[in-house]
Amino acid sequence: MWDYTGKVMDHFRNPRNVGVIENPDGIGEVGSLACGDALKLMFKLGPEGRISEVKFQTFGCASAIASSSALTEMIKGMTLDEAAKVTNQDIAEFLGGLPEQKMHCSVMGREALEAAIDNYRIGKTEKKILSGKVVCNCFGVTEEEIERVVRENGLSSIDQVTNYTKAGGGCGKCKGDIGKIVDKVVHERLESERKAGAHATPRKMTVIEKIRLIEQTIDREIRPLLKRDGGDIELIDVEGNRVKVALRGMCAGCQVSSFTLKDVVGVKLKEFVSSDLTVEEVRE
Amino acid sequence: MKNIYLDNNATTAVAPEVIEAMAPYFKEHWGNPSSMHAFGGHVKRAIDEARQQVAELIHADPSEIIFTSCGTESDNTAIRGGVEAVEGHLNIITTRVEHPAVLGPCRYLGERGHRVYEINVDSSGQLDMVQLGAALRDGPALTSVMWANNETGVVFPIPEICEMVKAAGGVFHTDAVQAAGKFPIDVRQVPVDMLSLSGHKLHAPKGIGILYIRRGTRLQPFMLGGHQEDNRRAGTENVPYIVGLGCAAQLAQKHMAEEANAVSRLRDRLEAGLLSTCPDSRVNGDRVHRLPNTTNISFEYIEGESILMDMSEVGIAASSGSACTSGSLEPSHVLRAMGVPFTAVHGSVRFSLSRYTTIEEVDYTLKQLPPIVARLRAISPFVKKG
Repeated sequence: MWDYTGKVMDHFRNPRNVGVIENPDGIGEVGSLACGDALKLMFKLGPEGRISEVKFQTFGCASAIASSSALTEMIKGMTLDEAAKVTNQDIAEFLGGLPEQKMHCSVMGREALEAAIDNYRIGKTEKKILSGKVVCNCFGVTEEEIERVVRENGLSSIDQVTNYTKAGGGCGKCKGDIGKIVDKVVHERLESERKAGAHATPRKMTVIEKIRLIEQTIDREIRPLLKRDGGDIELIDVEGNRVKVALRGMCAGCQVSSFTLKDVVGVKLKEFVSSDLTVEEVRE
Repeated sequence: MKNIYLDNNATTAVAPEVIEAMAPYFKEHWGNPSSMHAFGGHVKRAIDEARQQVAELIHADPSEIIFTSCGTESDNTAIRGGVEAVEGHLNIITTRVEHPAVLGPCRYLGERGHRVYEINVDSSGQLDMVQLGAALRDGPALTSVMWANNETGVVFPIPEICEMVKAAGGVFHTDAVQAAGKFPIDVRQVPVDMLSLSGHKLHAPKGIGILYIRRGTRLQPFMLGGHQEDNRRAGTENVPYIVGLGCAAQLAQKHMAEEANAVSRLRDRLEAGLLSTCPDSRVNGDRVHRLPNTTNISFEYIEGESILMDMSEVGIAASSGSACTSGSLEPSHVLRAMGVPFTAVHGSVRFSLSRYTTIEEVDYTLKQLPPIVARLRAISPFVKKG
């Protein structure tokens, strides 16, 4: 049984603003019967350009109904500029939190709101428009959407993306592609944290995160340098903070390979992964 | 607050008789049956008696019964142990609607080089016998087909399937976890090689199951490291639970006919009532070849978890094939295999009754459900108004 907050149960049992508005100013629809949840949101603007009336209809689980209801309460009285800033996290927070696996309900709310605002502003169709490449065919989730949710919610794993967007929760074939998007955003996040000096007290990395980051650093920072000199590098193993690599191509047997190891590989890994790392060469 | 339990295919209440039968094996007779002293002797006899009781439920010889920790262990033992015991390559044949305890080990073996056939079902949930026949002709196989489905209650024609498998020279296992105790099973008439049964589906506690292994069946034990269960399942016997399962089997055996009758009448009353009071609802699965206690009903345009939450508010417990309740995002693999449209899968509710279900509980449920369905439909964007 899900551990719903009292506020979720209240909005599920007594949803606010259920129904339809005749001739709404904006209307947005996301989800479908096939997906297992769907939300239709519509609003009317008052004289000062503020949302004066908002109604919704939802097909879905208790948290989907509660998220929709919460959203309508939150945006009533807002200008469209204000409403456009509402994030899925705001919705989840309003409800006192949602179970991780149900975060996609809050994302659905934000998407419907965006679709409704777009519908008003540029008269786009009321259905959510899939812009960009579709990554998850089962649930129709695009690269753009995944990237955005990963960024806005600070996600770092494929499972989290599934919880927040459903992407990858069907046949699972797209998990590799989702992983690439997560890696990309996480890398950007680490970069910007590094630049901001925000990594003074970094959270302890998991072993998997560390290995991934080592691989990324080798791919992006180290290999290109070695390739310029006709060399290459292969990650053999990681034992605690000992990174074992093999030098290939021109680097193998190069007289300055110990220099390469220490001053290129070691320095880059310390810089991008962790200052605790040491590098060892494995010779076959 | 009402407390109405209509989720007996998930687990059942432990029968008071069972609790009573078990109690002395916690308090007084806590010996190890393997011990060479009086402490062991008494419990050894209790296990023998329980084995006899369980054997009688399916008309087996007691020596053909081993006790396990649950239905899942029984299924794993039968499938993995059955395949491992045979030299040379076996195909695996199963169905798309099996319990994960069967699909899991089958797919595991599939990843290790065995060819796995998952036979289709039709819209009523009945097996495609032509496809089964074709798979059986593809080479030696271990076939595992459930006797009755946990989600829909649909009963497969196991006598016929068993005959086909035996004629093809294969090994046949059936997961009878939902079937056992609900209708007569006779392994003398239906010569299955192996059969799984779980205690907590028939009013014994969780944590005990059996695997029936026909004499002469080759099986590599799953649990190693002890002589127990005639070297077929290592591990000190779970004595109180074994005694409890014996008692539960005896109760089921004794009252089967009258119970099945009474329970199916209540189920039919519930089903007919819901179909007539809730528009746009449908029964999933074969209504003729079906367990007496189960009905799976889809309420269109609304979602199962919401229905269950509202039911829970008024004290009624059931389950759903909706994606939101499964812990994954995929709705019921059973209903999808039957080709039930998504719209109906998400709004499916399984009601499973037991010997303890009363007519008052059924009538209370009939009174509560229509307003719940109406409330959620009033929120749904898919209902056409007017």
